[in-house]
Amino acid sequence: MSTALYTQLLYLVCGGLLLTSVLTLWRRELSALIRLLTAQGVLLAALAALLGTQDGGLELFAVAFGVLLLKAGVLPVVLRRVLVDSGAARETQPLVNVPSSLLAAALLTLLAYAVSRPLVDLDPTPTTHAVPVGIAMVLLGFFVLVTRRRALSQVIGFLLLDNGIAATAFLVTAGVPVIVELAVSMDLLLVVLVLQVLTARLRAAFGDTDIDELRELRD
Amino acid sequence: MSGPALWSVVGVVIQVLLVVLGAPLLVALMRQVRARLEGRAGAGLGQPWRDLRKQLRKEPIAPDGSTVVFTAAPVVALSSALLIVAAIPLITTTSPLDDVADLYAVVSLLLVGSVAMALAGIDTGSAFGGMGSSRTITVAALAEPTLLVAGFALSVRVGSSNLGSLVEHAQRAPSVVLSPATLLAAAALWIVVVAEAGRLPVDNPATHLELTMIHEATTLEYAGRDLALVELGSAIRLTILLGLWGNLFLPWGVATTVTPGALALGVLVMVVKVAVLGAALGASEVFMAKWRLFRVPELLAGSFLFGVLAVSSSFFLA
Repeated sequence: MSTALYTQLLYLVCGGLLLTSVLTLWRRELSALIRLLTAQGVLLAALAALLGTQDGGLELFAVAFGVLLLKAGVLPVVLRRVLVDSGAARETQPLVNVPSSLLAAALLTLLAYAVSRPLVDLDPTPTTHAVPVGIAMVLLGFFVLVTRRRALSQVIGFLLLDNGIAATAFLVTAGVPVIVELAVSMDLLLVVLVLQVLTARLRAAFGDTDIDELRELRD
Repeated sequence: MSGPALWSVVGVVIQVLLVVLGAPLLVALMRQVRARLEGRAGAGLGQPWRDLRKQLRKEPIAPDGSTVVFTAAPVVALSSALLIVAAIPLITTTSPLDDVADLYAVVSLLLVGSVAMALAGIDTGSAFGGMGSSRTITVAALAEPTLLVAGFALSVRVGSSNLGSLVEHAQRAPSVVLSPATLLAAAALWIVVVAEAGRLPVDNPATHLELTMIHEATTLEYAGRDLALVELGSAIRLTILLGLWGNLFLPWGVATTVTPGALALGVLVMVVKVAVLGAALGASEVFMAKWRLFRVPELLAGSFLFGVLAVSSSFFLA
Protein backbone atom coordinates (compact mmCIF):
# COMPACT_ATOMS: atom_id res chain seq x y z
CA MET A 1 0.00 0.00 0.00
CA SER A 2 1.38 3.42 -0.91
CA THR A 3 2.08 5.87 1.89
CA ALA A 4 -0.41 8.44 0.62
CA LEU A 5 -3.25 5.92 0.49
CA TYR A 6 -2.29 4.55 3.91
CA THR A 7 -2.31 8.06 5.42
CA GLN A 8 -5.65 8.86 3.86
CA LEU A 9 -7.28 5.65 5.09
CA LEU A 10 -5.73 6.11 8.54
CA TYR A 11 -7.12 9.62 8.85
CA LEU A 12 -10.50 8.49 7.56
CA VAL A 13 -10.65 5.74 10.22
CA CYS A 14 -9.57 8.23 12.91
CA GLY A 15 -12.20 10.69 11.73
CA GLY A 16 -14.78 7.92 12.01
CA LEU A 17 -13.62 7.08 15.55
CA LEU A 18 -13.94 10.72 16.57
CA LEU A 19 -17.36 10.98 14.95
CA THR A 20 -18.76 7.87 16.68
CA SER A 21 -17.48 9.13 20.05
CA VAL A 22 -19.10 12.51 19.57
CA LEU A 23 -22.39 11.00 18.40
CA THR A 24 -22.43 8.98 21.65
CA LEU A 25 -22.98 12.32 23.40
CA TRP A 26 -25.68 13.35 20.96
CA ARG A 27 -27.96 10.33 20.81
CA ARG A 28 -30.33 9.56 23.67
CA GLU A 29 -31.66 6.16 22.61
CA LEU A 30 -29.64 3.48 24.34
CA SER A 31 -30.02 1.09 21.39
CA ALA A 32 -28.48 3.73 19.09
CA LEU A 33 -25.59 4.08 21.54
CA ILE A 34 -24.96 0.34 21.33
CA ARG A 35 -24.94 0.53 17.52
CA LEU A 36 -22.44 3.40 17.67
CA LEU A 37 -20.23 1.39 19.98
CA THR A 38 -20.36 -1.55 17.55
CA ALA A 39 -19.33 0.74 14.69
CA GLN A 40 -16.53 2.07 16.83
CA GLY A 41 -15.33 -1.48 17.52
CA VAL A 42 -15.20 -2.18 13.78
CA LEU A 43 -13.26 1.06 13.18
CA LEU A 44 -10.82 0.21 15.97
CA ALA A 45 -10.20 -3.20 14.39
CA ALA A 46 -9.71 -1.47 11.03
CA LEU A 47 -7.17 0.85 12.66
CA ALA A 48 -5.20 -2.12 14.03
CA ALA A 49 -5.32 -3.90 10.66
CA LEU A 50 -4.17 -0.72 8.86
CA LEU A 51 -1.21 -0.37 11.20
CA GLY A 52 -0.56 -4.07 10.58
CA THR A 53 -0.14 -3.47 6.84
CA GLN A 54 2.62 -0.95 7.59
CA ASP A 55 4.18 -3.03 10.38
CA GLY A 56 4.50 -6.19 8.32
CA GLY A 57 4.01 -8.68 11.17
CA LEU A 58 0.99 -10.88 11.70
CA GLU A 59 0.63 -9.90 15.35
CA LEU A 60 -1.40 -6.75 14.70
CA PHE A 61 -3.77 -8.64 12.41
CA ALA A 62 -4.39 -11.11 15.24
CA VAL A 63 -5.03 -8.19 17.60
CA ALA A 64 -7.39 -6.64 15.00
CA PHE A 65 -9.31 -9.90 14.82
CA GLY A 66 -9.52 -10.10 18.62
CA VAL A 67 -10.74 -6.49 18.85
CA LEU A 68 -13.34 -7.15 16.19
CA LEU A 69 -14.58 -10.25 17.99
CA LEU A 70 -14.77 -8.63 21.40
CA LYS A 71 -15.82 -5.05 20.67
CA ALA A 72 -18.04 -5.54 17.66
CA GLY A 73 -19.29 -9.02 18.56
CA VAL A 74 -19.43 -10.05 22.21
CA LEU A 75 -19.81 -6.72 24.04
CA PRO A 76 -22.71 -5.41 21.92
CA VAL A 77 -24.57 -8.69 22.44
CA VAL A 78 -24.08 -8.47 26.21
CA LEU A 79 -25.11 -4.80 26.20
CA ARG A 80 -28.24 -5.58 24.22
CA ARG A 81 -29.20 -8.16 26.84
CA VAL A 82 -28.66 -5.53 29.55
CA LEU A 83 -30.88 -3.18 27.56
CA VAL A 84 -33.67 -5.75 27.37
CA ASP A 85 -33.31 -6.53 31.08
CA SER A 86 -33.23 -2.92 32.25
CA GLY A 87 -36.32 -1.85 30.31
CA ALA A 88 -35.20 1.79 30.00
CA ALA A 89 -34.89 2.74 26.34
CA ARG A 90 -33.62 6.29 26.67
CA GLU A 91 -31.19 8.39 28.64
CA THR A 92 -33.91 10.75 29.82
CA GLN A 93 -32.15 13.25 32.01
CA PRO A 94 -28.40 13.55 31.66
CA LEU A 95 -26.83 15.85 34.26
CA VAL A 96 -25.67 18.17 31.47
CA ASN A 97 -28.19 18.73 28.66
CA VAL A 98 -27.38 17.67 25.12
CA PRO A 99 -26.55 21.04 23.48
CA SER A 100 -24.20 21.92 26.37
CA SER A 101 -22.53 18.53 26.27
CA LEU A 102 -22.00 18.92 22.51
CA LEU A 103 -20.28 22.25 23.12
CA ALA A 104 -18.28 20.61 25.91
CA ALA A 105 -17.26 17.91 23.41
CA ALA A 106 -15.92 20.61 21.08
CA LEU A 107 -13.86 22.05 23.94
CA LEU A 108 -12.61 18.61 25.02
CA THR A 109 -11.44 17.87 21.46
CA LEU A 110 -9.50 21.13 21.35
CA LEU A 111 -8.06 20.32 24.79
CA ALA A 112 -6.96 16.90 23.51
CA TYR A 113 -5.26 18.59 20.59
CA ALA A 114 -3.50 21.05 22.91
CA VAL A 115 -2.22 18.47 25.39
CA SER A 116 -1.01 16.01 22.76
CA ARG A 117 1.12 18.50 20.83
CA PRO A 118 4.32 17.80 22.78
CA LEU A 119 3.69 14.08 22.22
CA VAL A 120 3.31 14.55 18.47
CA ASP A 121 6.41 16.77 18.31
CA LEU A 122 8.56 13.92 19.68
CA ASP A 123 8.13 11.89 16.50
CA PRO A 124 6.05 13.66 13.86
CA THR A 125 4.84 10.84 11.57
CA PRO A 126 1.37 10.55 9.99
CA THR A 127 0.42 7.97 12.63
CA THR A 128 1.35 10.07 15.65
CA HIS A 129 -0.42 13.08 14.15
CA ALA A 130 -3.68 11.22 14.79
CA VAL A 131 -2.93 10.74 18.53
CA PRO A 132 -5.23 13.67 19.55
CA VAL A 133 -8.16 11.56 18.32
CA GLY A 134 -7.35 8.82 20.86
CA ILE A 135 -6.95 11.32 23.68
CA ALA A 136 -10.18 13.08 22.69
CA MET A 137 -11.96 9.72 22.87
CA VAL A 138 -10.60 9.17 26.40
CA LEU A 139 -11.83 12.62 27.49
CA LEU A 140 -15.24 12.13 25.87
CA GLY A 141 -15.54 8.74 27.59
CA PHE A 142 -14.84 10.40 30.94
CA PHE A 143 -17.45 13.02 30.15
CA VAL A 144 -20.11 10.39 29.40
CA LEU A 145 -19.18 8.56 32.63
CA VAL A 146 -19.56 11.73 34.68
CA THR A 147 -22.74 13.15 33.20
CA ARG A 148 -24.96 10.18 32.36
CA ARG A 149 -27.23 8.60 34.93
CA ARG A 150 -28.44 5.31 33.48
CA ALA A 151 -26.30 2.32 34.40
CA LEU A 152 -26.08 1.30 30.74
CA SER A 153 -24.91 4.75 29.60
CA GLN A 154 -22.20 4.52 32.23
CA VAL A 155 -21.04 1.20 30.81
CA ILE A 156 -20.99 2.78 27.37
CA GLY A 157 -18.92 5.70 28.68
CA PHE A 158 -16.53 3.23 30.23
CA LEU A 159 -16.19 1.29 26.97
CA LEU A 160 -15.66 4.53 25.06
CA LEU A 161 -12.88 5.39 27.51
CA ASP A 162 -11.30 1.99 26.95
CA ASN A 163 -11.59 2.34 23.15
CA GLY A 164 -9.82 5.69 23.49
CA ILE A 165 -6.98 4.12 25.46
CA ALA A 166 -6.67 1.32 22.91
CA ALA A 167 -6.68 3.79 19.98
CA THR A 168 -4.00 5.92 21.67
CA ALA A 169 -1.89 2.82 22.30
CA PHE A 170 -2.19 1.72 18.67
CA LEU A 171 -1.30 5.16 17.35
CA VAL A 172 1.65 5.80 19.68
CA THR A 173 3.32 2.40 19.84
CA ALA A 174 1.59 0.40 17.10
CA GLY A 175 -0.16 -1.62 19.78
CA VAL A 176 0.69 -3.11 23.15
CA PRO A 177 1.96 -6.71 23.37
CA VAL A 178 -0.73 -9.28 22.64
CA ILE A 179 -0.64 -10.69 26.16
CA VAL A 180 -1.40 -7.29 27.70
CA GLU A 181 -4.13 -6.68 25.15
CA LEU A 182 -5.62 -10.08 26.01
CA ALA A 183 -5.58 -9.35 29.75
CA VAL A 184 -7.19 -5.95 29.28
CA SER A 185 -9.86 -7.44 27.05
CA MET A 186 -10.68 -10.12 29.62
CA ASP A 187 -10.93 -7.45 32.32
CA LEU A 188 -13.21 -5.43 30.10
CA LEU A 189 -15.49 -8.37 29.48
CA LEU A 190 -15.63 -9.09 33.21
CA VAL A 191 -16.45 -5.46 34.02
CA VAL A 192 -19.29 -5.46 31.53
CA LEU A 193 -20.63 -8.74 32.89
CA VAL A 194 -20.44 -7.45 36.47
CA LEU A 195 -22.25 -4.28 35.39
CA GLN A 196 -24.89 -6.42 33.73
CA VAL A 197 -25.54 -8.12 37.08
CA LEU A 198 -25.47 -4.74 38.83
CA THR A 199 -28.04 -3.33 36.42
CA ALA A 200 -30.33 -6.28 36.95
CA ARG A 201 -30.01 -5.93 40.75
CA LEU A 202 -30.58 -2.16 40.54
CA ARG A 203 -33.75 -2.74 38.61
CA ALA A 204 -34.88 -5.43 41.05
CA ALA A 205 -34.25 -3.12 44.01
CA PHE A 206 -35.51 0.23 42.69
CA GLY A 207 -37.50 -0.60 39.57
CA ASP A 208 -35.16 1.66 37.63
CA THR A 209 -31.53 1.82 36.55
CA ASP A 210 -30.82 5.39 37.63
CA ILE A 211 -27.57 5.14 39.56
CA ASP A 212 -28.42 8.26 41.55
CA GLU A 213 -30.56 5.89 43.62
CA LEU A 214 -27.39 4.38 45.04
CA ARG A 215 -26.86 6.75 47.95
CA GLU A 216 -26.16 4.78 51.07
CA LEU A 217 -23.99 1.85 52.04
CA ARG A 218 -25.42 -1.08 53.94
CA ASP A 219 -24.05 -4.39 54.93
CA MET B 1 -15.25 41.99 -26.20
CA SER B 2 -12.76 39.14 -26.51
CA GLY B 3 -13.80 35.47 -26.78
CA PRO B 4 -13.24 34.14 -23.24
CA ALA B 5 -14.74 37.26 -21.60
CA LEU B 6 -17.80 36.97 -23.82
CA TRP B 7 -18.23 33.29 -23.00
CA SER B 8 -17.87 33.89 -19.27
CA VAL B 9 -20.70 36.45 -19.51
CA VAL B 10 -22.75 33.93 -21.48
CA GLY B 11 -21.99 31.35 -18.76
CA VAL B 12 -23.35 33.62 -16.02
CA VAL B 13 -26.47 34.46 -18.03
CA ILE B 14 -27.14 30.75 -18.58
CA GLN B 15 -26.52 30.12 -14.87
CA VAL B 16 -29.03 32.78 -13.78
CA LEU B 17 -31.66 31.65 -16.31
CA LEU B 18 -31.19 28.00 -15.35
CA VAL B 19 -31.62 28.71 -11.64
CA VAL B 20 -34.61 31.05 -12.03
CA LEU B 21 -36.43 28.70 -14.40
CA GLY B 22 -35.33 25.55 -12.58
CA ALA B 23 -35.87 26.54 -8.94
CA PRO B 24 -39.69 26.09 -8.99
CA LEU B 25 -39.15 22.78 -10.80
CA LEU B 26 -36.83 21.67 -7.98
CA VAL B 27 -39.53 22.50 -5.43
CA ALA B 28 -42.01 20.54 -7.56
CA LEU B 29 -39.62 17.59 -7.81
CA MET B 30 -39.20 17.46 -4.03
CA ARG B 31 -42.97 17.62 -3.48
CA GLN B 32 -43.52 14.97 -6.14
CA VAL B 33 -40.95 12.58 -4.61
CA ARG B 34 -42.58 13.03 -1.26
CA ALA B 35 -46.07 12.55 -2.65
CA ARG B 36 -45.13 9.35 -4.46
CA LEU B 37 -43.43 7.89 -1.39
CA GLU B 38 -46.52 8.68 0.67
CA GLY B 39 -48.73 6.96 -1.91
CA ARG B 40 -50.29 10.13 -3.36
CA ALA B 41 -50.35 11.06 -7.04
CA GLY B 42 -48.85 14.52 -6.50
CA ALA B 43 -49.54 17.73 -8.40
CA GLY B 44 -46.98 17.22 -11.15
CA LEU B 45 -43.80 19.09 -12.02
CA GLY B 46 -45.53 22.15 -13.51
CA GLN B 47 -47.57 23.09 -10.46
CA PRO B 48 -45.25 25.71 -8.85
CA TRP B 49 -44.95 27.53 -12.20
CA ARG B 50 -48.74 27.44 -12.64
CA ASP B 51 -49.12 28.87 -9.12
CA LEU B 52 -46.56 31.58 -9.83
CA ARG B 53 -48.29 32.54 -13.09
CA LYS B 54 -51.62 32.80 -11.32
CA GLN B 55 -50.20 34.90 -8.48
CA LEU B 56 -48.27 37.21 -10.83
CA ARG B 57 -51.55 38.22 -12.50
CA LYS B 58 -53.20 39.22 -9.21
CA GLU B 59 -52.77 42.57 -7.49
CA PRO B 60 -50.60 42.68 -4.35
CA ILE B 61 -52.43 43.68 -1.18
CA ALA B 62 -50.61 45.18 1.79
CA PRO B 63 -52.15 45.09 5.28
CA ASP B 64 -53.29 48.39 6.83
CA GLY B 65 -50.51 50.20 8.62
CA SER B 66 -47.66 48.28 6.96
CA THR B 67 -44.81 50.40 5.63
CA VAL B 68 -42.30 50.30 2.83
CA VAL B 69 -40.43 47.58 4.75
CA PHE B 70 -43.26 45.19 3.94
CA THR B 71 -43.45 46.04 0.23
CA ALA B 72 -39.67 46.13 -0.26
CA ALA B 73 -38.87 42.83 1.47
CA PRO B 74 -39.76 40.45 -1.40
CA VAL B 75 -37.74 42.53 -3.84
CA VAL B 76 -34.73 42.69 -1.49
CA ALA B 77 -34.88 38.95 -0.81
CA LEU B 78 -35.21 38.05 -4.50
CA SER B 79 -32.53 40.45 -5.72
CA SER B 80 -30.01 39.36 -3.10
CA ALA B 81 -30.66 35.75 -4.14
CA LEU B 82 -30.18 36.67 -7.83
CA LEU B 83 -26.91 38.45 -7.04
CA ILE B 84 -25.67 35.29 -5.30
CA VAL B 85 -26.70 33.16 -8.29
CA ALA B 86 -24.73 35.41 -10.64
CA ALA B 87 -21.60 35.29 -8.49
CA ILE B 88 -21.21 31.75 -7.15
CA PRO B 89 -19.78 28.82 -9.14
CA LEU B 90 -22.80 26.70 -10.04
CA ILE B 91 -22.04 25.74 -13.65
CA THR B 92 -18.83 27.71 -14.13
CA THR B 93 -16.10 29.04 -11.83
CA THR B 94 -15.21 31.88 -14.18
CA SER B 95 -17.96 34.36 -13.40
CA PRO B 96 -17.00 38.01 -14.04
CA LEU B 97 -18.40 38.61 -10.52
CA ASP B 98 -15.92 36.09 -9.11
CA ASP B 99 -14.56 38.65 -6.61
CA VAL B 100 -17.97 38.78 -4.92
CA ALA B 101 -18.13 35.00 -4.61
CA ASP B 102 -16.36 34.95 -1.27
CA LEU B 103 -17.92 32.34 1.05
CA TYR B 104 -18.48 34.91 3.79
CA ALA B 105 -19.92 37.49 1.41
CA VAL B 106 -22.37 34.91 0.07
CA VAL B 107 -23.39 33.93 3.60
CA SER B 108 -24.00 37.59 4.44
CA LEU B 109 -26.06 38.05 1.28
CA LEU B 110 -28.18 35.05 2.22
CA LEU B 111 -28.65 36.64 5.64
CA VAL B 112 -29.80 39.91 4.00
CA GLY B 113 -32.69 37.95 2.47
CA SER B 114 -33.62 36.31 5.80
CA VAL B 115 -33.45 39.63 7.66
CA ALA B 116 -35.61 41.40 5.04
CA MET B 117 -38.29 38.73 5.40
CA ALA B 118 -38.06 38.82 9.20
CA LEU B 119 -38.48 42.61 9.23
CA ALA B 120 -41.48 42.28 6.92
CA GLY B 121 -43.00 39.77 9.34
CA ILE B 122 -42.66 42.26 12.20
CA ASP B 123 -43.86 45.16 10.05
CA THR B 124 -47.35 43.69 9.53
CA GLY B 125 -47.98 43.85 13.27
CA SER B 126 -49.70 40.47 13.30
CA ALA B 127 -48.91 38.00 16.06
CA PHE B 128 -47.90 35.21 13.69
CA GLY B 129 -45.56 37.46 11.72
CA GLY B 130 -43.71 38.51 14.86
CA MET B 131 -43.48 34.94 16.08
CA GLY B 132 -42.20 33.75 12.71
CA SER B 133 -39.61 36.55 12.57
CA SER B 134 -38.32 35.76 16.01
CA ARG B 135 -37.98 32.07 15.08
CA THR B 136 -36.35 32.82 11.72
CA ILE B 137 -33.72 34.96 13.38
CA THR B 138 -33.17 32.41 16.17
CA VAL B 139 -32.46 29.67 13.64
CA ALA B 140 -30.34 31.96 11.47
CA ALA B 141 -28.30 33.14 14.46
CA LEU B 142 -27.64 29.55 15.52
CA ALA B 143 -26.77 28.42 11.98
CA GLU B 144 -24.37 31.30 11.36
CA PRO B 145 -21.49 30.12 13.61
CA THR B 146 -21.58 26.68 11.94
CA LEU B 147 -21.39 28.26 8.49
CA LEU B 148 -18.43 30.39 9.50
CA VAL B 149 -16.53 27.57 11.23
CA ALA B 150 -17.21 24.94 8.53
CA GLY B 151 -16.33 27.50 5.87
CA PHE B 152 -13.07 28.15 7.70
CA ALA B 153 -12.32 24.40 7.68
CA LEU B 154 -12.77 24.32 3.89
CA SER B 155 -10.83 27.47 3.14
CA VAL B 156 -7.87 26.89 5.47
CA ARG B 157 -6.43 24.27 3.11
CA VAL B 158 -6.86 26.35 -0.02
CA GLY B 159 -5.72 29.58 1.59
CA SER B 160 -8.70 31.45 0.16
CA SER B 161 -12.39 31.67 0.93
CA ASN B 162 -13.29 32.37 -2.69
CA LEU B 163 -15.87 29.77 -3.73
CA GLY B 164 -14.43 29.46 -7.23
CA SER B 165 -10.98 28.66 -5.83
CA LEU B 166 -12.45 26.16 -3.37
CA VAL B 167 -14.21 24.27 -6.17
CA GLU B 168 -11.17 24.37 -8.48
CA HIS B 169 -8.86 23.16 -5.69
CA ALA B 170 -11.16 20.26 -4.87
CA GLN B 171 -11.26 19.32 -8.57
CA ARG B 172 -7.49 19.27 -8.81
CA ALA B 173 -7.00 17.18 -5.65
CA PRO B 174 -9.90 14.70 -5.46
CA SER B 175 -8.42 12.96 -2.38
CA VAL B 176 -9.24 16.10 -0.38
CA VAL B 177 -12.93 15.25 -0.73
CA LEU B 178 -12.50 12.07 1.32
CA SER B 179 -10.53 13.62 4.17
CA PRO B 180 -12.18 13.67 7.62
CA ALA B 181 -12.18 17.48 7.68
CA THR B 182 -14.16 17.71 4.44
CA LEU B 183 -16.60 14.97 5.44
CA LEU B 184 -17.27 16.61 8.82
CA ALA B 185 -17.70 20.00 7.14
CA ALA B 186 -20.09 18.37 4.66
CA ALA B 187 -22.20 16.98 7.52
CA ALA B 188 -22.16 20.34 9.33
CA LEU B 189 -23.14 22.29 6.22
CA TRP B 190 -25.88 19.82 5.30
CA ILE B 191 -27.59 20.52 8.63
CA VAL B 192 -27.22 24.25 7.97
CA VAL B 193 -28.69 23.83 4.47
CA VAL B 194 -31.70 22.05 5.97
CA ALA B 195 -32.11 24.77 8.62
CA GLU B 196 -31.63 27.72 6.26
CA ALA B 197 -33.91 26.30 3.59
CA GLY B 198 -36.59 25.68 6.22
CA ARG B 199 -36.98 21.93 5.63
CA LEU B 200 -37.79 19.13 8.05
CA PRO B 201 -36.91 18.56 10.89
CA VAL B 202 -36.35 22.29 11.54
CA ASP B 203 -39.37 23.70 9.70
CA ASN B 204 -42.17 22.07 7.75
CA PRO B 205 -42.61 23.85 4.39
CA ALA B 206 -45.94 22.14 3.71
CA THR B 207 -47.84 23.35 6.76
CA HIS B 208 -49.55 26.52 7.88
CA LEU B 209 -50.07 25.32 11.43
CA GLU B 210 -49.74 28.39 13.65
CA LEU B 211 -47.72 26.87 16.44
CA THR B 212 -45.02 25.26 14.35
CA MET B 213 -44.35 27.28 11.22
CA ILE B 214 -41.19 29.36 10.93
CA HIS B 215 -40.66 30.65 7.40
CA GLU B 216 -44.32 30.49 6.36
CA ALA B 217 -45.34 32.70 9.30
CA THR B 218 -43.41 35.67 7.92
CA THR B 219 -45.03 35.33 4.47
CA LEU B 220 -48.65 34.90 5.66
CA GLU B 221 -49.72 38.47 4.84
CA TYR B 222 -48.40 38.50 1.28
CA ALA B 223 -50.74 38.15 -1.67
CA GLY B 224 -50.63 38.32 -5.44
CA ARG B 225 -47.45 39.49 -7.13
CA ASP B 226 -45.56 39.93 -3.85
CA LEU B 227 -46.34 36.35 -2.82
CA ALA B 228 -45.03 35.13 -6.18
CA LEU B 229 -41.77 37.01 -5.59
CA VAL B 230 -41.46 35.58 -2.06
CA GLU B 231 -42.03 32.01 -3.25
CA LEU B 232 -39.69 32.36 -6.22
CA GLY B 233 -37.07 33.86 -3.86
CA SER B 234 -37.28 30.99 -1.42
CA ALA B 235 -37.15 28.42 -4.24
CA ILE B 236 -34.01 30.11 -5.62
CA ARG B 237 -32.54 30.14 -2.12
CA LEU B 238 -33.09 26.39 -1.80
CA THR B 239 -31.48 25.83 -5.21
CA ILE B 240 -28.48 27.97 -4.24
CA LEU B 241 -27.97 26.07 -1.00
CA LEU B 242 -28.23 22.63 -2.62
CA GLY B 243 -26.13 23.65 -5.63
CA LEU B 244 -23.43 25.18 -3.49
CA TRP B 245 -23.32 22.14 -1.20
CA GLY B 246 -23.12 19.86 -4.22
CA ASN B 247 -20.30 21.84 -5.81
CA LEU B 248 -18.24 22.19 -2.65
CA PHE B 249 -18.31 18.49 -1.77
CA LEU B 250 -18.83 16.85 -5.20
CA PRO B 251 -16.92 19.36 -7.33
CA TRP B 252 -16.73 17.33 -10.55
CA GLY B 253 -18.18 18.68 -13.76
CA VAL B 254 -18.14 22.39 -12.91
CA ALA B 255 -16.71 24.29 -15.88
CA THR B 256 -13.31 25.83 -15.08
CA THR B 257 -12.70 26.91 -18.68
CA VAL B 258 -15.07 28.98 -20.75
CA THR B 259 -15.71 26.80 -23.80
CA PRO B 260 -19.24 26.00 -25.01
CA GLY B 261 -18.64 22.28 -24.39
CA ALA B 262 -17.53 22.79 -20.79
CA LEU B 263 -20.51 25.06 -20.14
CA ALA B 264 -22.94 22.50 -21.57
CA LEU B 265 -21.39 19.79 -19.38
CA GLY B 266 -21.59 22.17 -16.40
CA VAL B 267 -25.31 22.75 -16.98
CA LEU B 268 -25.99 19.02 -17.28
CA VAL B 269 -23.98 18.10 -14.17
CA MET B 270 -25.57 20.92 -12.17
CA VAL B 271 -29.10 19.80 -13.05
CA VAL B 272 -28.31 16.19 -12.14
CA LYS B 273 -26.60 17.13 -8.85
CA VAL B 274 -29.34 19.45 -7.64
CA ALA B 275 -32.09 17.05 -8.74
CA VAL B 276 -30.46 14.11 -6.93
CA LEU B 277 -29.79 16.14 -3.77
CA GLY B 278 -33.31 17.58 -3.83
CA ALA B 279 -34.87 14.15 -4.33
CA ALA B 280 -32.75 12.75 -1.49
CA LEU B 281 -33.81 15.61 0.79
CA GLY B 282 -37.45 15.16 -0.20
CA ALA B 283 -37.28 11.41 0.34
CA SER B 284 -35.59 11.77 3.75
CA GLU B 285 -38.40 14.06 4.88
CA VAL B 286 -40.88 11.22 4.57
CA PHE B 287 -39.18 9.44 7.45
CA MET B 288 -38.93 12.47 9.71
CA ALA B 289 -41.19 14.47 11.94
CA LYS B 290 -40.69 18.13 12.71
CA TRP B 291 -38.75 18.65 15.92
CA ARG B 292 -39.98 20.79 18.75
CA LEU B 293 -38.61 24.33 18.39
CA PHE B 294 -36.67 23.91 21.61
CA ARG B 295 -34.85 20.89 20.20
CA VAL B 296 -33.64 22.84 17.17
CA PRO B 297 -30.73 24.40 19.11
CA GLU B 298 -29.62 20.84 19.86
CA LEU B 299 -29.42 20.06 16.15
CA LEU B 300 -27.55 23.27 15.42
CA ALA B 301 -25.20 22.77 18.39
CA GLY B 302 -24.46 19.38 16.83
CA SER B 303 -23.70 20.96 13.48
CA PHE B 304 -21.49 23.55 15.20
CA LEU B 305 -19.62 20.69 16.87
CA PHE B 306 -19.10 19.06 13.46
CA GLY B 307 -17.78 22.40 12.22
CA VAL B 308 -15.33 22.69 15.12
CA LEU B 309 -14.20 19.08 14.62
CA ALA B 310 -13.73 19.80 10.91
CA VAL B 311 -11.47 22.75 11.71
CA SER B 312 -9.50 20.92 14.38
CA SER B 313 -9.07 17.78 12.27
CA SER B 314 -7.97 19.86 9.29
CA PHE B 315 -5.11 20.87 11.57
CA PHE B 316 -4.21 17.60 13.27
CA LEU B 317 -5.27 15.10 10.62
CA ALA B 318 -3.54 16.72 7.65
